[in-house]
Formats: sequence, C-alpha cells, structure tokens
Amino acid sequence: MVIETTLLRWIIALPALGVLFHVFVGRRATGAVKWVGPGLVGAAFAVARAAASGLRVMPAGTALHDHVYTWIVAGPFRAEVGLRLDALSAVMALVVTGVGFLIHVYSVGYMHGDRGFARYFAYLNLFTTAMLILVLADNLLLLFVGWEGVGLCSYLLIGFWYEKPENAAAGKKAFLVNRIGDAGFLLGLFLLVWTLGRQGIWTVDIETIRQHADVLGAVAVPVCLLLFVGATGKSAQIPLYVWLPDAMAGPTPVSALIHAATMVTAGVYMIARLHWLYALAPAALAVVAVIGVTTALFAAVIATAQVDIKRVLAYSTVSQLGLMFLGLGVGATGAAVFHLVTHAFFKALLFLGAGSVIHGLGGEQDMRRMGGLRPHMPVTFVTMTVGTLAIAGVPPFSGFFSKDEIVWAAFSGPHGAPVLGVLAFVVSFLTAYYTGRLLVLTFLGECRAPEDVRHHIHESPAVMTLPLAVLAVFAFAGGWLPVPAILEPVIGVTEEAEAPLWMFTLASAVALGGLGLAGVLYVARPDLPGAIARRLDGFYALVRDKFRVDELYDATVIRLVFAAADVSARRIDPALIDGAINGTGLLVAAISGASRRLQTGNVQHYALSFLVGALVLLGYWVMR
Amino acid sequence: MGPTPLGWYLALSAVLFAIGVLGVLVRRNVIIIFMAIEIMLNAVNLAFVAIARSRGSMDGQVIVFFVMTVAAAEAAVGLAIILAMFRNRETTNADELATLRW
Repeated sequence: MVIETTLLRWIIALPALGVLFHVFVGRRATGAVKWVGPGLVGAAFAVARAAASGLRVMPAGTALHDHVYTWIVAGPFRAEVGLRLDALSAVMALVVTGVGFLIHVYSVGYMHGDRGFARYFAYLNLFTTAMLILVLADNLLLLFVGWEGVGLCSYLLIGFWYEKPENAAAGKKAFLVNRIGDAGFLLGLFLLVWTLGRQGIWTVDIETIRQHADVLGAVAVPVCLLLFVGATGKSAQIPLYVWLPDAMAGPTPVSALIHAATMVTAGVYMIARLHWLYALAPAALAVVAVIGVTTALFAAVIATAQVDIKRVLAYSTVSQLGLMFLGLGVGATGAAVFHLVTHAFFKALLFLGAGSVIHGLGGEQDMRRMGGLRPHMPVTFVTMTVGTLAIAGVPPFSGFFSKDEIVWAAFSGPHGAPVLGVLAFVVSFLTAYYTGRLLVLTFLGECRAPEDVRHHIHESPAVMTLPLAVLAVFAFAGGWLPVPAILEPVIGVTEEAEAPLWMFTLASAVALGGLGLAGVLYVARPDLPGAIARRLDGFYALVRDKFRVDELYDATVIRLVFAAADVSARRIDPALIDGAINGTGLLVAAISGASRRLQTGNVQHYALSFLVGALVLLGYWVMR
Repeated sequence: MGPTPLGWYLALSAVLFAIGVLGVLVRRNVIIIFMAIEIMLNAVNLAFVAIARSRGSMDGQVIVFFVMTVAAAEAAVGLAIILAMFRNRETTNADELATLRW
C-alpha cells in the first residue's frame, strides 16, 4: 500500500534552504549560520522522524510517497521527481539526518573562527541534501542525481582548505575516482532501462522495475555488475577505494560525515535497495561478496601499520564497508544495513573523537607524538573507548550484534561459504587489534608530544563533546535497535538459522583477543612492535606504504592516461582538429577567391549573364 | 494587296530586339546602351500591337500604353542617373564605371 503525502519533500527542502541561506546571507551573518546550519538538519530529522513514526503505525509494507513533479517526458519514457519512504529509506534518512545533525553541531565548535565558516556549512548542508535525495528517490534517475550530488560535495569538502595543494589534489582524486565508478553506474542504468524499454516498459521507477524484473533474464548479471562498479567508487571498495584514505585532507567532521552518514553508505544502500535485482544474478552477488571480503581484509591489514590517527580510521572504514558488501553478497541484506547503521554511530564517534584529539593537540595527527591524553581529555577518552569497543565487536556494544550477523551469514547464509566466514573472523580480529592500538597509542602510556604542545592540551568545548556523548550512547546501545526486523517488509525475510552459542563466544573471543594483543604489544611490551617490524622488514614496509597501490595505479592507469592525453595534444589535436578547422577556412577562402572574379562591377557583364540565363530558360521551355 | 502578314511584324520585332541586345552588350557609351534598351522596349511594343491587331483584341494595345508610360518614366530617371554619374566621373564609358561607389 502506498500513501501519497507532501511531507517528504520537506526532509530535502529544509537542508536545501540552509544552502541558500549560507550562500546568500551567510557571509554577512556568521552568527546566524551556526544556528541555521545544524538547526535545519535537525528540523529535517524531526520531519523524517515524524514520517517514520507514521509509517510504523501503518500495516507492514506500507510506503509513503510524495510526487513532486513530472521531470522528463520523452515519448513513452517518463521520469518523475518522486520521493518514497519505506522502512529501508526511513532507516537511512534517520541515520543521515540524525548523525548528520550531530556532526553539524560538532562542526560549530570545530570550525569556529574559520574564514570559510558560511561556505563550510553551505557545503555540509548541500551534502546532506544530496544524500537525502539519493536515499528518498523513488526512481534510479533521481537516485543518480543524489549520487552525483554527494560526489560533488565530497570534492568541495575534501578540498575545503584548497590553499594547500595536497588538499586540492585529494579532492580532485576523490572526484575523478568516483567519476570512474559513476560511469559504470550510468552504463548499468542505461542497460537496464534499454532492456526493459525494448519490452515496452519505459521506466526508471524502482517499484515498476521490480515488478518486471523477470523480463531482464540474463541481462541482470551485467546490469548488477555495472551498478556494483558504481558502488565500488562511492563506497570505496577494491579497486576504487584509493580516494577514501586521502579524503581525510578535509576538516575532520567532514571525514566523519563522509565515512559515517553520507557518501560511502550510498553504494551499500543502492545494492540493498536493488537486492531483488541482485537475487536474479547470483554471479554478481558472488562478485560482491568476494570483493567485499577482499577489501575488508586488505584495508584491515593496511590499518594495522598506519601512524596517522585519521588514516587508521579511514582504512577502518574501507574495511567495515567491505564487511557490509560481504553481507550483501551472501544475501544478508538486513544485516548489512544493520551494520551500516551501527557503523554510522561508532565511526562518526571515532572520527569526531579523533577530531577532538587533533583539536586539543593543535593539529597533530601523528599517533607517535600522542599518548597519555586520558587525564587531559576525559570525555573524549571515555567516548572513544566506547567507539573502540563497539567497532571491535565486544558484547554488548552495537558492533557486536551487527558484525556478528554478517559473519554468521557468511558461514550459513543462502550464498555463504565457510571460507568467507573465516576471513570475516580474521577481519574482526584485525579490526579489534588496530582500533585497540589507536586507543592505546593516543590515550595511554607516556605523553610523547613536544614540550610546547604539551602545555596547551585541553578538552574540547561542550558543543563538541556533547555530540560525542550522544553518539557514544548510540554506539553502545545501537545494537538493540531491531533494524533487520524493521526492514523485513522491504527486503524480505532471510532464511537463516539463529547463530549458535559458539558463534557468540568465538566472536567475543576474537574481539577481546585483538584488543588484548594491542594491549600486550603497546602497553606491556612496548619494545615488541619495533622488533616485529624489523623481523618482517620488507613486508612491514609494504603494509606501511599501503601495498603501494597508489604507486601501482600511478605507473599503470595514470601514466597510460597521461600518455594518451599527450598523444592527443601533440599529434591528434594539431593534425585532426586544427586541420579540420583551418581546412574549412582555407576551403571557403579558395571558393570565394574563385567566385569573386565573377563580380567585375561592369554592368555589361551582368547584362550578358542575364542574356545567357534568359536563353537557358528559353531553351528549357522550348525543349521540354 | 491584302494586309501585311503577322510574320513580317514579328520578324521586324525580333530583329529590332536583337539589335537592342547587341547594343547593350557591345557598346561602351552608357547613353547608347540606354538607347539600345529603348529599342528593345519598342521591339516588344511592336510585337504586342501586331498580335493584338491580328487577333482583334485590345489587350495587347493597352499593355503597350503601359509600357510607353513606364518607358517615359524610366527615360527620365535613367537620364538623370547618367547625368549625375557624368558630373561625378566625367565619363560615360561603361568600362570606367565598374566600381559601384559614388
């Protein structure tokens, strides 16, 4: 059952209004920006909350729909601007606006006094707007609008401090890498619409496509794979994950927003939204699962050897997203979205906590110059600890429940395999290890900060610690949200046995083991990590250098593209393009040079041409 | 001796027209060219009158009056142009009047 309402458009319109405000009034009214920016996102959250509670009291499977206007009519093809709120998009909209709101509030403190304060909030609100369009769109074309919108905003925000060339470069990298993924998404969309169109079903509406999905037949596999290429770009999976670790060039709250609430969740959401399409293409699902678990493992290994606090968290996000794709790939859509939600809580918490640490240390990001911050920053320490326990999967913190479901589905799900489950356990162990390492290096032990910094270490203001506290509550208790049960009307019931007790025990042991190892290596025996690193000399360097994937891309893809561009610029451009342009000019000059002689200015020549013309006409009429 | 046959008139008309065409094409003096144009007009007039008379219709004769009226106006305008050109360029040679300025 679908109920029409005009409520939904306000969820998107409110942050969009904020963008207009910041752009046109913001620079002259910085004092108002810090109320309007977070306030409108909070209002959007309230509207989404109202709509979601309306949805809850209705029978299961009900959806709210808001038809804003008809966008494109071209022959039999129609595209509407329509919004749809069902259980899945409601969960997503609440995460985007809720976590987004907290990040907005935190940003007021973090960006205090920045020259681009109004510009920052304009981008931040635009980011939220684009993500909400993506989440609420009832058709794939409108979803793509949001999809591109978050790509643009990530570019703007990662390169926010564009005076530094490496920040601008990071923004550009994010944009270009996403562009590759978007091309795949667009091709998948074209193939889908065209295939259905040839059967007389010209539509981009998700529900209509769902009803006619069986028409696709074997085309479902390439469609799903192409759409998944788009997801690897947005959600930072192999081979297109390289932009996310560099995305930390932006202000830290932006990283939190990108990593938790918006952007990277887009790919997971898209596949969850189209799970019935992927169910028609088991081969594509297998690819999703394998890419997911590979990325999860790969990024987790890299994260163990990073020294930059934000970089550890960035690879952690890549790794956790890999787990979500593993969940999607083995058919546990509900578990994947569940993990998306809990991850949004604890990853936003960890990033904002890291931001608080960086803020307190005057911009220091290297964990080798941190340590012993616990007495100085008690709130940050406690909340970060909660976030660490949550991401490590220690019961009863939220990460335990969601990750446990994915791991169990990898073992026993409809498309699962034991090897996937074992790898997921390895990832869990590494996750616990590197987050434990992060916590220990930052807050415990001796303070390794330089003397002049040490005097200024301070806890962040309440406007920053309050969001941390709220997120900590959710990171702790988010596991009890019955997300998979809420989603069941949308994504269907996944038939799987309840995870047995040994699963719980093993998962807890793995989590505690990882944390314990970090404790042993960095608290009890601080001499060991260096020794191990020396023993594994070559491999350690390889991991520390992120497996040199950027260098690999540089040597292959980028050099190839530059070579092609060089050939175009030096050979094809002068010969073909300039040749065509100059040739056209020369041709016209030659023709006019010849025909100019006809115009002598002598009336008698003209008279002669009259005569010839008259005779020709006469001849024509006589001979006819 | 009966009336002169139509063919004779038409032949005379054609000869006059040809003389006019040749005059326009080969002579250099604009006044002569102008006169040649008048010959062509009158050659056509002759053909109109002859045909009208042989068919017993007045239409052709009426057209001739129109042509004569227009020719008179044309002569006035044309001679004025030639005069103006002569005053500016001091020539009536068509070859020297090849630039379409002043």
